[in-house]
Formats: sequence, structure tokens, C-alpha cells
Amino acid sequence: MSVPHFRKVAAIALATGLGLGLAACSTKSDDDTDAAGKTIITVDCQPVGAQKNLLQAWNDDVKAFEAANPTIKIKSVSVGTQCANPPDFTARLQGGSMTDVFYGYMTDVQQVIDSGQAMDISAFVNKDSIPTWDDVLADAKNTFTKDGKVWGVPTKNYSMGLVYNKTLFTKAGLDPKSPPKTWAEVREAAKKISALGDGIAGFGEYSSGNTGGWHFTAELYAQGGALVTADNKKADFNNDMGKKVLQNLKDMRYGDNSMGARQLLGWGDLLTIAGAGKVGMFVGAPDATTAIVTQFQGKYEDWAMGAMPGQDGAAKGTLGGGEGYFFKKGLTDDQVKAGLKWLAFEKLTPGKGQFDYARAKAQGEQVGLPQPQLFTPGSPSQKSEFDLRKANGNIAPDDFSAFENNPVTIKFEPPNAQGIYAILDGAMSAILTNPNANVDAELKKAEDKVNQLLTQAAK
Amino acid sequence: MAIATVPGAGIDVGSQAPAPVDPRRARRNRRLKDNLTGYAFLIGAVICFAFFSWYPMIRGVVMSFQRTRAGETTWVGWDNYERIINDPSFWTAWQNTLYFTVLALVLGYAVPFFLAVLLNEFRHAKGYLRILIYLPVMLPPASALFLFKYLAYDPSDAGLFNSILKGLGLPTSQWMQSTDMTMPAMVIASTWMNMGGAVLIYLAALQNIPGELYEAAELDGAGLWRRITNVTIPQTRLILSLMAMLQVVATMQLFIEPLILANGAGSEDSATSVVYLIYQHGFFQNDLNGAAALGVIMLVALIGFSAVYARLNAKQD
Repeated sequence: MSVPHFRKVAAIALATGLGLGLAACSTKSDDDTDAAGKTIITVDCQPVGAQKNLLQAWNDDVKAFEAANPTIKIKSVSVGTQCANPPDFTARLQGGSMTDVFYGYMTDVQQVIDSGQAMDISAFVNKDSIPTWDDVLADAKNTFTKDGKVWGVPTKNYSMGLVYNKTLFTKAGLDPKSPPKTWAEVREAAKKISALGDGIAGFGEYSSGNTGGWHFTAELYAQGGALVTADNKKADFNNDMGKKVLQNLKDMRYGDNSMGARQLLGWGDLLTIAGAGKVGMFVGAPDATTAIVTQFQGKYEDWAMGAMPGQDGAAKGTLGGGEGYFFKKGLTDDQVKAGLKWLAFEKLTPGKGQFDYARAKAQGEQVGLPQPQLFTPGSPSQKSEFDLRKANGNIAPDDFSAFENNPVTIKFEPPNAQGIYAILDGAMSAILTNPNANVDAELKKAEDKVNQLLTQAAK
Repeated sequence: MAIATVPGAGIDVGSQAPAPVDPRRARRNRRLKDNLTGYAFLIGAVICFAFFSWYPMIRGVVMSFQRTRAGETTWVGWDNYERIINDPSFWTAWQNTLYFTVLALVLGYAVPFFLAVLLNEFRHAKGYLRILIYLPVMLPPASALFLFKYLAYDPSDAGLFNSILKGLGLPTSQWMQSTDMTMPAMVIASTWMNMGGAVLIYLAALQNIPGELYEAAELDGAGLWRRITNVTIPQTRLILSLMAMLQVVATMQLFIEPLILANGAGSEDSATSVVYLIYQHGFFQNDLNGAAALGVIMLVALIGFSAVYARLNAKQD
């Protein structure tokens, strides 16, 4: 090979290699301003292409927002399941490839702070930047506040109740307007529904992929219990309340045989069965019905929701959770202000963005779910949101009234929730797959593991 | 007076004469020049390996000795290793992984070899049979596992395997929902998914065995079993031994089977593998440093195994 030819080959090879290497290393975010001097912010969770209505609504909102704020440019990023899949979120967070304004679950707050990737936005968040800020639920705001510093803005919340299939209730001779209120009633209803045969389970429950621990927590809160002690240092579920949670489920699974043959269910598994009309009841949040229809081929008209069942009467508590947005470290003041303005518009203003019920109704989306209930009851924002919801609601009036009219005290998730849920999956899977599982032994085993996890996390 | 007519007379001869050439250096230069194109192309690959393989590996080892809190990274020595080893799931994960590896060696290793020997004996339709056996490899692993999860391992009597068992008058199984059956069920699925590749490799090795050896064995009165033990196995010893090591290294990295078939840990942690535990620490427990420490422990274990294996193999040679 001639020397000039060699040089050309070497240069191409070197440039390719370096290019690939540098591209892999580059995590630099976009510039903060464009040529016209507009402040640029990148935001994630733009709906994916398959969600046509949601994507159309998002794009319309971006246009409307930019028209109203000519000094701001929004760059939307759609990252597939990143906004609903914790491992994807962790990977992006640790890789430093989040957008300027990025989504996270309430359970992610500690992880986001530990990563050092988010900025303290305490100095920016107030009713000037988000006009409805004073009306936002204090508990939701507190979830994103640590040691007096505000790390994020809550944008959605949920609490758990009893989701049930009205059609199966009717077939089983049960009153679809009167869902079970106690675990004894749940048990009786589950027996009648499973007696319909055809592989129908009366009651469905999770026990894998961290969802078993998640539901154990919801059902423990209903008993009046707590997952960890007030100082977050020890497990607090190895007691009568924890035993009742597991015993209720074990009695239904092996005593009544009313939970179907398939166990070890994860989030999608149970909703798949629900979409196919093969489960009568399960513990869930109001938007579970939306997921059943939009992702799992179910029908809205089949589903309704009641309050979380209590042991002998009303539930003493229920699990609440939700999501919000964080701001990437290193943004300029203008970018933070622009980001807050966008969140205020898209997520926290009745009549706009996620609360644009008139548009959702016109698109054929389900309108009228009792959540998200982001605003303090009685506040102007809450009243406005409620009125708009009622005016545009397209769900049957009774479908969610048993849930909405019987509010249960909401208790949010503890720190290290995902790690604790993973451990509690073991107890849930044991009592749902092993007829000889011992409730006391399973609770003790889980307690020891959670204590060890909490000790390790505190180091 | 005669003037010297020697060419170059009066000039410093040394500065004009060609420099003495070091033959070794010349050879090296020539070799370098011959290989320049190769080196040029290699640079891209080396940079890619450096960024995508070596750097993450080194970074992982460093991270295993650090802890990150609120963006601050501190050096904590062996703390992460101590934490990980004291995690009750650590030993469960190792037990499960080793159990899977042993089962996979018994089943997943023997079945493809047996199939390859059978296939090698066929005179007709060899090509079709090869395609049939290789087909599962073409399925994306996740799709193949979902087939097992929802179709074959359905614990109700309507499940595929349970229907067959019931039809044969045998007791049905809870498959992935039974702590006893979790590992065998995962090995069955994994073997079905992966054996096509191994069968083809064994088949290639078998077809390289000179036919005269079999003819000689037959003349000596050797039956099928004696031909396999006295000709086939000794002649394919090297490939068998390499495949055994690859099988162990691959099965120790058990992850996708528990993730899909058991939604993670499975019934009472019966499916938790070491790699799944790394995933749990890294992505759900906000403990990347612990995950890195566990990854390093696994790396050391696999290096240790490979070294012992190489030593034993060398002795046999």
C-alpha cells in the first residue's frame, strides 16, 4: 500500500474510532439558548407515536405554550417506557442522560438526590412560578422535599382502592353498585365470582416484580399498619396487622380456591387477565381501568371501583404514590423558570394540559376518574378541577362513587420502598404458591431481610 | 606530484557512506509497514472496546470500592463487599445459580451432543433436520420464554405440559410456581432455546472425524455405543471441553430466564440468580456500588473457574 493511501485509510479509521468513542462519551445537554435568544429546555415523557391522541394533545400543548411564551422553546423527548419503567429510569439517571426537566416516581426521590444529578429548586418554586402552587397537596409537595430543600414538583398522585368487574359481579349475582367493604365481604364475593368457572379468578393479587410488596403495603396500611418505624430504621410489619394481610390472601387462595391457578403475577400479568375479563376484583388505583382499556384490550364499561377494604369495617389507611418532575443540575436560572412555567401549564392548571378534560372527552378518552387529586380539598384549584371534571365526565356516575365518597387516609411510600417491596415479594409469593407456607415464618424472614436492608442503606 | 585520484579523496568519507543497517530494526520496520492497514482498522475497534468494554469494567471495579451519596463519592474500601456478602439473598442467589449450572451441564450439555450424534447417523433429510433443530435459536429469547411462560408452564390443567401429563395419566405440576420445579423448568426452556447452535457446532466436529476410524472400529466388531465411546468422544474431546467451559460461563450468568419466566425472584426466591441480584441492587435498591461489588465477585469466580479449567485441561494434554 502506498503511503498516501495508507494515510487516508488511517485517517478514516482513526476518525471513525474517535467519533464513536466521543459520541459514546458525550452527555452534554443542549444549549440553553437558540440563535434567536430563546431559552431552550428539553422535557421528557412526550407520548410515543402509538398513543395518537395523547401525542396530538402534547404537541398542541407545546405549540400553545410556545405561542404564549415566545421567549421559551420546548424540545420534547420520547424515550419509550422510560416514564413507566424504573430500571430504564435508573439507567438514564446514572448515565446522566436525562432531559433538563425529567420525570420520576415519588419513590425515586432519594435515588435522584443520591445521584447528584438534580438541582435544588427551592429558590424558584413558589406561586409566582406555579400559580397553583399554594393549592397543591402538602403531602405531595413534602414527598419531593428533603431536609428543607425542594427537589421536584409533584404532577400526579394516586391512592389504592378495590377495582372490580361489574359484568362479572352481575353474572355472579352480586350487586355491582355495592362493592365489598371488608375482607370478609371480598372473600364471599370472590367465591361467588370464581364459581362462574371458565378460569375466572374471584380476586387477583400480585406477588412478583416488586408488585407483591407494593400491594402488601397497601393492604397493611388498610389494617392501620406501617411498613417501617417512624424513624425509618426498622421493619414494622411483623405483627397482627401484617399477619392478617397474608392470612386473608392465603385463606382465599387455598381455603376458598377463589384466586385462580396462575400466581407470581406482575403488573402486566394481572392487567392482562383483567382485560380478558378473567378476574373479578383486585386492589388498584383508579387509572388501572385506563390501563386495562388502553393497553390490555379491556372495556371501560366493565370496570368500577370501591374503597379499600378494611378488616372489619372501613380501611384505616391506603397507600398513595405518584410522580413528579426534577430539574437537571447545571441549568441556568432562565431554564429552571421556563421549566416550572411549562410544568405549571401542562400539569398543574385546571382546564389545561393533563386537566384539559374537554379535549380528552372529545378524543374519546376516559374522563371523570377521581384522580389525580393534586389539589388540597376546598382550595380554588381543587374546586375548579372538580367542576371541569364533572362537566366533562364520560364515565357512568356510579362507577367510582363508592371510592370517591368513602375517602381513606392516604399514606405515602417509605424510603427504600422498591428494595423493601422486592423482599416482601418473597412472603407474598410463598403464601400464594405454597399451601404449606407459614405466615409467621414468612413475616419473620421478610422482617430480618428488611432490617438488614435498612441498616445497609443507613451506612 | 601526483594528485590522488581516489574518488572522494579529501572528503570526509564517513559522512557520505550509507549508515550501517540494523537487520532487526529493518525487519521490524518492514513488518510494521506491512501491517499498517491492519493497525489502522484496529484503532477503531480498540477505541470501541476501550469505551464500551474495558472502561466500564474498570469503572465497575473502582465503583465497588466507593459509595455515592448526594453526588459525593467516597472511598469505602471493602464495605460494599461486606454488605453484599451479609445480604441474605447473596447465598440464595449463589445456590440457585450453581444449581442451575449443574442442571444445565447434565441436561443442556448432554442433549445437544446426543442430538448431534443422532443427526450425524442420518443418511437422509439431514439439512431439514438441522433447520428444525436450529429454528428455536432464531426466535428472540424473550419471545421463546414467553411461549414457555404462558403456554407450556401454565399451572392450570389447561397448560400445554400439564395437558400432556394429564393425558398420560401422570400428576400435573405447578411449574414455575413450585419451588422444586423452578430450576428444572428454567433449564428445560433454556436448553430448548439454545441447543440449536451447540448441535451445529458438535455436528461440524463430528463430520471432521475421519470415516476410516469408524470403519476400523466396525471391523473390530464395535457396536454403536463402542463407536461413540472409543471414536466419537475421544475425537471431539477438545470441542466438548471448550463447550463445557462456555456452558458454565454462560449458565452462571443466568438472568433472562428468571426475569421472564418467574417475573424476577420467583416463588420464595427460588429463581433469584446472582445476575438478577445485581439487577435488583443496581436498579431497584439504589445501590449501584453494591451491584458493582457483586459483579466483581462474579467476575473473580468466573476467572477462577476458567483458570482451574485451563490448568486441568493443560494437564490432560
